[in-house]
Parts: sequence; structure tokens; C-alpha cells
Amino acid sequence: MVTLGNALSGALRRPTSYNGVWSWITTVDHKRIGILYGVTAFIFFLIAGVEALLMRTQLARPEQDVVSPEVFSQLFTMHALTMIFLAIMPLTAAFFNFMIPLMIGARDVAFPRLNALSYWIFLFGGILLNSGWIFGGSPNTGWFNYANLSEQPFNTGTGVDFYVVGLLVLGTASMAAAFNFIVTILNMRAPGMTMMRMPVFVWMTLVTSFLIILAFPVITVGLIELLFDRQFGTGFFNPALGGDPVLWQHLFWVFGHPEVYILILPAMGIISEILPTFSRKPLFGYRVVVLSGIIIGFMGWGVWSHHMFTVGLGAWSNSVFSIATMAIAIPTGIKIFNWIGTLWGGSINIKTPLLFAVGFVSLFIIGGLSGVMHASAPADAQQQDTYFVVAHIHYVLFGGSIFAIFAGLYYWWPKMTGRMMDDNLGKLHFWAMMIGFNVTFFPMHFLGLQGMPRRIHTFDSAMGWDLWNIVATVGAFFMAASILIFIHNAVRSLKKGEIATSDPWDGRTLEWSIPSPPPVYNFAQIPQVHGLDPHWSNKYGDDGHSAPVPVGGGAEEVHAANHEHADEHGDDGHGIHLPGLSYYPVMLAFGLFVAGYGLVFYETLTWAMAIIGLGIGIVAAYLWSFEPAEEDHESDD
Amino acid sequence: MIPRPLKSGGILALIAMAAFLVLLSCNPADNQSTFEAASPEAQKLLDLLAIIGWAAVAVFVVVEGILIYAVIRYARRRNDNTMPAQTHGNTPLEIGWTIAPAIVLAVIAVPTVIYIFDLESEPPEDSLNVIVTGHQWWWEFEYPEEDVITANELRLPVERPVRLLLRSDDVIHSFWVPKLAGKVDVIPTNENRLKFTPMETGEFYAQCAEFCGVAHSHMRFRVIVEEPEEFDAWVDNYHELASRPAPTGDSDEAQGAQLFASRGCLLCHAVNGPASAEARLALKEGFERGELRFPAPNLTNFGTRGTLAAGLLDNDPGGENLRAWLTDPDEVKEGNRMAELATVYIDPDSELTALEVSQLAAYLLSLK
Amino acid sequence: MVEQTTTGLNHRKMLMWLFLGSDCLFFGSLIATYLIYRGESLVGPFPEDVFSIPVTTVSTFVLLMSSMSMVLAYSAINRGNMRAFRVWLLSTCLLGATFLGFQTFEFYEFANHERTVECQPGSQIPECLAGATKYKEDYGLTPQTNLFGTTFFTLTGFHGAHVTVGVIWLLSIVGYSFIGGRKAQRVLTDKQALSVDLAALYWHFVDIVWIVIFAVVYLIGVGVT
Repeated sequence: MVTLGNALSGALRRPTSYNGVWSWITTVDHKRIGILYGVTAFIFFLIAGVEALLMRTQLARPEQDVVSPEVFSQLFTMHALTMIFLAIMPLTAAFFNFMIPLMIGARDVAFPRLNALSYWIFLFGGILLNSGWIFGGSPNTGWFNYANLSEQPFNTGTGVDFYVVGLLVLGTASMAAAFNFIVTILNMRAPGMTMMRMPVFVWMTLVTSFLIILAFPVITVGLIELLFDRQFGTGFFNPALGGDPVLWQHLFWVFGHPEVYILILPAMGIISEILPTFSRKPLFGYRVVVLSGIIIGFMGWGVWSHHMFTVGLGAWSNSVFSIATMAIAIPTGIKIFNWIGTLWGGSINIKTPLLFAVGFVSLFIIGGLSGVMHASAPADAQQQDTYFVVAHIHYVLFGGSIFAIFAGLYYWWPKMTGRMMDDNLGKLHFWAMMIGFNVTFFPMHFLGLQGMPRRIHTFDSAMGWDLWNIVATVGAFFMAASILIFIHNAVRSLKKGEIATSDPWDGRTLEWSIPSPPPVYNFAQIPQVHGLDPHWSNKYGDDGHSAPVPVGGGAEEVHAANHEHADEHGDDGHGIHLPGLSYYPVMLAFGLFVAGYGLVFYETLTWAMAIIGLGIGIVAAYLWSFEPAEEDHESDD
Repeated sequence: MIPRPLKSGGILALIAMAAFLVLLSCNPADNQSTFEAASPEAQKLLDLLAIIGWAAVAVFVVVEGILIYAVIRYARRRNDNTMPAQTHGNTPLEIGWTIAPAIVLAVIAVPTVIYIFDLESEPPEDSLNVIVTGHQWWWEFEYPEEDVITANELRLPVERPVRLLLRSDDVIHSFWVPKLAGKVDVIPTNENRLKFTPMETGEFYAQCAEFCGVAHSHMRFRVIVEEPEEFDAWVDNYHELASRPAPTGDSDEAQGAQLFASRGCLLCHAVNGPASAEARLALKEGFERGELRFPAPNLTNFGTRGTLAAGLLDNDPGGENLRAWLTDPDEVKEGNRMAELATVYIDPDSELTALEVSQLAAYLLSLK
Repeated sequence: MVEQTTTGLNHRKMLMWLFLGSDCLFFGSLIATYLIYRGESLVGPFPEDVFSIPVTTVSTFVLLMSSMSMVLAYSAINRGNMRAFRVWLLSTCLLGATFLGFQTFEFYEFANHERTVECQPGSQIPECLAGATKYKEDYGLTPQTNLFGTTFFTLTGFHGAHVTVGVIWLLSIVGYSFIGGRKAQRVLTDKQALSVDLAALYWHFVDIVWIVIFAVVYLIGVGVT
């Protein structure tokens, strides 16, 4: 095996080119991987958006036949899965990848090839999950895929198999990335950057990553049990053998509720970076904000049954989970108050990122309050599974996560691309999206309280739901138009945007101390950190509470030094050891991809395809483990 | 940059508009509106919604107001490069805004817990018992003491407490009559309970609230609350229908009755009231052995029902909707089991003719 | 280049600890499923029908011994004693493989379990017609038989898969120590023998999980139907 490995390694010479398509496929640079994540996830975001528009078109008027009920169920299932697992999570992962090493003063992540592996598994998992559209039907049971509707004999197609295998594969990607970021954050901080000097975004990434590695195993078990039930006839959720479909709900929501925080905590981190920068003030109550983020992470494990208030778990259970859910509003509220405290008394520079950040706070308040409304189990009995909940989750995940992601995109765009986006277009995008969003989703609160259940493909005009449905549809198309403004702005910026300086926003954290875009090695010299907001103190000094004044030896000089260093060595001869390119991450991911299809179609293809895929993966893993992490300079002894 | 007066004016206009929209939207008259309660149980949920809702509105106005005020008040003026005071935090403030929401939440939590236990307490002994069974995609209602089994229309006497036992025959559904009670899931393995006392007569719209497959949107039903005498009359009528012999002769009804037996409808649909316990058990075993097709709505008093196809269409006396339904069920309600399983719909050779459809319809409508 | 880390803990070692933490939740969920369905099977065979505690005690002991052998291997490589290292590592593999052999035997036995049934008057069973008072009938346990079979095979099967991965991993290290030449010597003894340390961590973890499974499934499980 080993000699075979060596022979193969020799045959497949290690990729060396830093240009062209292969350099992207074999890249292990966290910045390039971040960009790959971002672009891929944005494409999935657009796909999920189109799915949403199709649903809104179907629901624009009562009794319409734009899509069939079956297609409608596939649309709402895939819209949710795509937005959650293929858009929001990887978009935040794009920021983790690009920004975390820069913010903690590191040259890369702890495991660059594992990082590449995460991306490729994510890409292939996304394709796998979406390929139901081509091969025999997409998942059609809602994103929480309640057993036993998801089992034989009620669901005979391959849709749910794509769900199971797709999520298993995507879970692997998320976990691999999360392991990587925990080690990176704990182990690779620049000297002097203690835990309580880390930017809040880094903190939230850390908490999110812990949630991922602890929550995904639970859903993995649930998915495996479902897979076994479907394909081998076991009885986990099958009432005929005594199995209880409610167990699936427990497993799903023990994962599913932390998952909600996996989606929102990074957004809170982004906001906690943007508000101080644009207010020219430190984050109000840094320690409290960090602590409440950690508390939310812990409490997220104790509230899962609030998704199951109508299941009939009993008065005691409902009471305990009602109170626990309400309690989680306290740390969330604390964060909101601290953000307002950050803005208060500041010198607020109203640019696009700030607008999106404030938009996030204002919409998240609404999402949080409607959340408290159905934290009360009896009140929830009228809201559960209605459009009220649809409104709530969109205020949290779109008004929350997506607004924060756009805030982050506008904020870090110059750092990622070296060019500025147009601020006026950005503001236009913000207002269009803000109005479109509220016109779409606010009426859904009314629809829900007027008794409209979610996941119905049509409704009767006698119900009084006509008005708000057409309003929501109009809003949805308005929102879609706002996304076009963003795309135009982004493309325009790449071609002829103003060249960005290293620090266009008067930033506070380390990523603004290096050129835009950063050189491949990030930091010519690893910075020494003396406190919170190290870049800010370098520029202005930090003497406690008095108004700082710019000090000598500020940012521009540091950049100049960085540039000099780069010039001296040239990009290729910078003399800094960087991880080498590698074929194996993409090969291993491809193996899982093939094996995934094998699992879905094992009946027609026998197990051969699954075994072939697994074989490819194992060979790749072997070759990987014998490939040195760094370019081999001295190994020929 | 938008001028300031315009901005605050815009905000006022927005608030006014929002208030108007809220008023417009909380229309209790709508069929499934939760803003009207026809039972004390639903009233409790509405009270709770009012308490939490108004608290939420108050918090919303205050916090959102401060946020917007802060952004406008502290916006950087052009060419203003002064550095703001670098505050890092304020401990009393932090303590304050930890305690304040805790107090608000405690105020909400108390009635929440009281109502949870209240709504789960045992209903009175003399409650009317109804066993509700969810099927893909229709509802079965069994009155064990009255010996009545019916479908998709739950008849209840006004002002008498009801105790529902909720069961599912296949997947998870959710039983929801917004004006009478909050929803409770209907689960194949656990038997759930629900109690309420309807206090107003009338017809209440209801529908399944948990996604249960392709025809989920069409799994509706009605609750008809009537005076006790009317309810008793309805029960008596049911028993009269159950023992009434099938019509004979050449009439459309008689032809329809024959078709009902000869074309296989009887395999799944009962028309003679609830069978004895043993007969029902035998039927169920027949289903399990695969000899009988599927449990389908009991049609004993079909002619008395206001709707058909699980609350989807009006059961008009002229039979127009019924004929459309019998001609092509899948066209009316995509995915339904009858179109999938009944010979007359899957075997092109035994398709129903237009005449047969109208004869069947005449027979079914005569069941009243 | 000597790796410097903020915490002083090696990256790969930290990764392994995190992975094991995550794997705890994986086994935790499987064990929880088993416990939730304990005694919920609608039909037999039940745990007390098929379990043979003495046999499983022996296989548990074998797996425990493999952990000790792993410790000895690690200590040998730390002392630079390649010969002893190979011997102990191979013996770890062997003990692990023995455990897997026991598991295969156990699965086979459960699936082909039989029970003795008293002949009823008028029974048409050939043995009874032939005049016997008792006869044997199939009473096998498969994942499809009942909830006990479903949860038991899934839980212990995934544990077995973990052991299998461990055996392959250890065998790869042994093979590498033979084929890899001087470079292998250096890699294996590098950084407090990190690559052996990681495999050992994993091996001990899998071992501890088995102790939990043995206690929860076998020792407590018997007697509850």
C-alpha cells in the first residue's frame, strides 16, 4: 500500500502552479477557499431564492395551478435545505475562512488541506442534494422531514434518500471545517492575543464551531437510523415494529435548535465588528457580549422541545421548555442593548455595511419578539405550523443572518477583492431589500394568526388570506430585484471599482493592518497584540477612556513595511513556508460524492458504486497521509 | 442622505401605516382567525396572545425607537472628524438591561404555566367523548357512546364539554380548529387528548396543520356546533339511516345503490353505520391482510354533510360538485387515495360513465 | 520548522481530542436510542433470550487487554525500541481482531438463535407428530425482527466499525514502520511519537465506549423485556 502510495504520488506529481483552474482546485490557501465558499454559496442562495419565488407565485392568488402539490412540497423542502445548509452556513464559512486567520494574526488555518476537503465535500454534497431535481424527485417532506411520513410505505421515491445522504455528506463538511476552526482559533493566535482580546466575530466562530461538532453527530445518528429504516427495514421510527416517530423529532431538534444558533451566532459576530468600526467606538460591553454569546450556545441545547409543544409531551415538559426558551431571550436582549450602546454617543459613519448592520438589529428585534410569543406553549398552539412561524424564522434567518451576511460582504469586500463597492448602489440595495423583506414577511404574521397553515400549496378564497398573500408575493419579487442590484454592484466593482486601501473603513482589527487583498502569506511579520482592537490602538493609541489621538508609526507605515517586505522577496520567494497544493482533498470529496449516489441508488446500481466511491476516498486518504503538509524542501534524506 | 425632517416624518407615517394594517388584519370574522374565540379554552389562548403581544409591541416600540434615534442622533456630520468618547461599557446599565427583560419574561411566564396546566387538566365526567382518527387525507370521528362514525364533519352540542382522543392511522397530522382550541398533533403511536367547550353555535373551519403528504392542503374539516336537540336529532337520523334498507326499483338512487356495491365502493366505504366491534375488527384485519383496500370515510349520513372531499367542496344539493368529484377525484384533490386505489379510477375498462356517476351521486345525496 | 501553538498543545492532538468529543455525542445518541427503546420490543427474542454474558465478558476482557498492549507499544516507541513497539502494536491488532471475531460470532449466533417449544396437543409439527414432547424452532434476532434487534445491531455494529478502523490504522503504522525505512523511524518517533499517540488515543476511546456499551446493553439490559 505504501509503495503503491509512493508510486502514485510520483505519478501524480504534486501540483505546483499558482495560476489557472487547477490552482483553484488544488488550493489550500484559506483566502482562496473562502472565496470558493462564498461564490458557491451565493449561487445556491440564488437557486433557493428562485425556489421561493416559484412558491410565492403559486400562492399569489387562491386556487392556482402554477406548480403541482408534489412539486410544491419539493420546493419548500429544498428552499429550506438550500438556504440553511448551502447558503447561510457556507456564506458564514466563507467569512470564517477568509477572515479568522487574518483577525487572529495567523498565516493560514491549522489544517489547510482539511480546509480544502471541507469545501469540496460541501460542493459535492450540495450537488448531491440538488440532483434530485434531475434524478427522480427531490426531498418532499419539509426540511425537518418528520418520520414516519419520510418512511415506507408513505414515501417510496428517492427524494428522502437524497435528503439523508446529502445531509450526511454536508454534515461531514461542516464538522471538518468546525474542527479546523476550533484548533486554529485556540492554537494559532498571534502573540499577546489572549482569549479576551479576540474580536467578537472570532469568539462567535468558536462557539458556532463547538455547536457544530456537538450537534451534527446527533443528526448523523438520526439520519443513519432513517436510512436503515428506509433501506434495510429496521424499526427505529416505524410504528409497525413499535418504533416511535416522535424520536426522530427529538433527535432532529436536539440538533435543529443548536443549528439555529449555528446560523445566527456568526451573524451576531459580524454585527459586533461592524457597529464599533462605523461608530468609531469600541464595542459596548465586550465581555458581556462574548459571555452572552457563550450562554446562548449552552442554552441552545436546553430548548429543543419548544419545536414540539403540540406533540403532547405533557404539562411539565411544556412548562420547563417554555421557561427555558423565554430565558434565552435574556442574553439575546443583552446583545441588542449592547449594540445600541455601541452606537450611542458614537460618530456614526452611515455607509452600506452600517445600514445592513442596523437593519439586522432592527429586524432581529422583531424576530426575537415573535420568538418570545411562541415560547409560551399555549400561545404557540395557535401559532405552531402556521405562517406566523414562517414570518418568525424569516425575521431571524433572513432579517437576521442574511442581512448580517450582506453587511459582512460590504464590509470585507475591499479586503477580499482589493476594490470598493459603490456605496450609493449599496444603499439602494439596502433600502430595496429592507422594504421588500418587510412587505414579504410582515404580512405573514397576520396570515398565521388568521389561521393559514404553512406548507399548503393552495388555499380557498373564502379564508380571507387573499390580500396578504398577493402583498407578500409582490414583496418577494421586490426583494429579488434588490439582489440584482447587489450582483450588478459586485460585478461592477470587480471591473472598475475604486481601488481599496488596506484600511478603507478606519478599522479596528488585524485584517485591516495588511494590504487589500492580503498577500498569500497574510502577515509579513506576525503582529504582537497588546489589547482589544489592536489595529485601532496602533493607529490611535489606547489610553483608556479618553478620546484617542492618532499616534506616530500608524497604520500606513506598517503597511509600507509589509509592502517592502513583499517586494523584497517577491511573491514566490517570500521565504515563508506555506502549505503546498494538494489533489487529495478534492479526490477524497469526490469519492464520498460517488459513494453518496451509490447509497441513494443501491437498488438499481447494487452496492458497487458505493464501494467504488468509498475505495476512491480511502486511496485518497492514504495518499494524503503520506503527503507532507508543507512543500517538500528538505525531505529527500 | 435623506433630510432629517423627512426621515422622522417618514417614520411617523410608517408607524401610522403599521397600526392601520394591524387593525385591518386582526379580522375576527375570518373563517380560521385566531382573534375570535368560541370556547373558554380558545379564549385563554387569545388572552395569552394579548398579554404577550402587547408586551412585545411595547418592547418593540421602545427598543426600535432608541435604535433609530441613536442612528439619527449620532450620525456623523460631513467633515466632522472629532473622535467620540471611547466608552467600553457600563456595569449598572448591563445589570439593568439584564434584569428588565427578566422581569417582563417572568410576567409572561406565570400565566403561561398556569394555562399549560389548566388546559391539560381532566375534563368533566359528563364530557362528550369523540375519537378522532387522522387519515391521509381526511378525518374520521367516532362517537363511542352514541355509536356513530362519521367523517370530515364534527358535530357537537353547544355548551357541553368535549373530550377528544386523537389517533392517527398513518402519519402525523395535527388537529386544529382555531376558534375552538389550539392545535394538537395526531400521532400514530401516542394517543393525544384535547378538551374544550364550544359556547357558540355555528360552523367552524378547520384543517390539518402538520405537513402530512401531497394532499395536506386539502385535509380540511368543519366543526358544526348546534343546539343539543339538533345534535340529538342528528344522532337519531344517523341510526335511522344506518338501518334503512337500500332503495330498490328503477330510480336513480336504487341504481346508484347497486353501483355502490357492484363497482367496489363498499370495499372501503361503509354506509350502514358503525359495524359491531367484532365486525370492525374483522375489517381492520382485512385491511392488514391486504384483502380490503383502505379505510375510507363512512358515508352513512353523507347527504347531511355540508362538504365533501374533506371539507374541500360544498356538497351542493344539486350534486354538481359531487359528480365532478366522482368523475375525476384527482382533478379535484390531487393525490387522494380513492383515485389511487379504486378500480373504477385505475382500470380504464371499468371507468364510470356519466350516467353511472349521476346515479351514484343521486344515491349518496339520498343518504340523509 | 518547530510548530509553535498558542496553547502548547499540538494541532493534531487537539484535533483528535475534539473528534473524540464529537464522537461521544455520536455514541451518546445511539445509546440513548437503545435506552429509549429498551423493553419496547413488540415480539422476541429479548436480550435475556440471546445474550451470553460469559462470552461477552471474555471478549470485553480481550479488548481491555488490547488497551494495555497499546500502552506498552507507545512506551516502547517513546524509548525508541522499534522491535518491542512492533510486537506490542501487532498484539494490539491481534486482540482487536479477536474482539471483532467474537462480535461476528455473536451476531451470527443471535441471527440463528433457536428456542425449545413444548408440543401442544394436536400440533402438526413433524417432531411432535413423531412423539416428541418438545421441538426447536427458529427464534433468530435480526435488525428487522424488533426494536431490540434494530437498536442492538446498529449500536454494536457502529462500535465494531470503529474497532475495524482502529485495527486498519494500527496495521498501517506497523506496515509503515517496516516499509518506510529511516524516514518512518524519524516520523514515528517525532514529537513524542505523535502519530502513535493519536492512534492510541483513538484506540483507548473505542475501548472506553465498549465498557459503556457492555454495562448499559449487556449487564443492565438483561431482565428487562
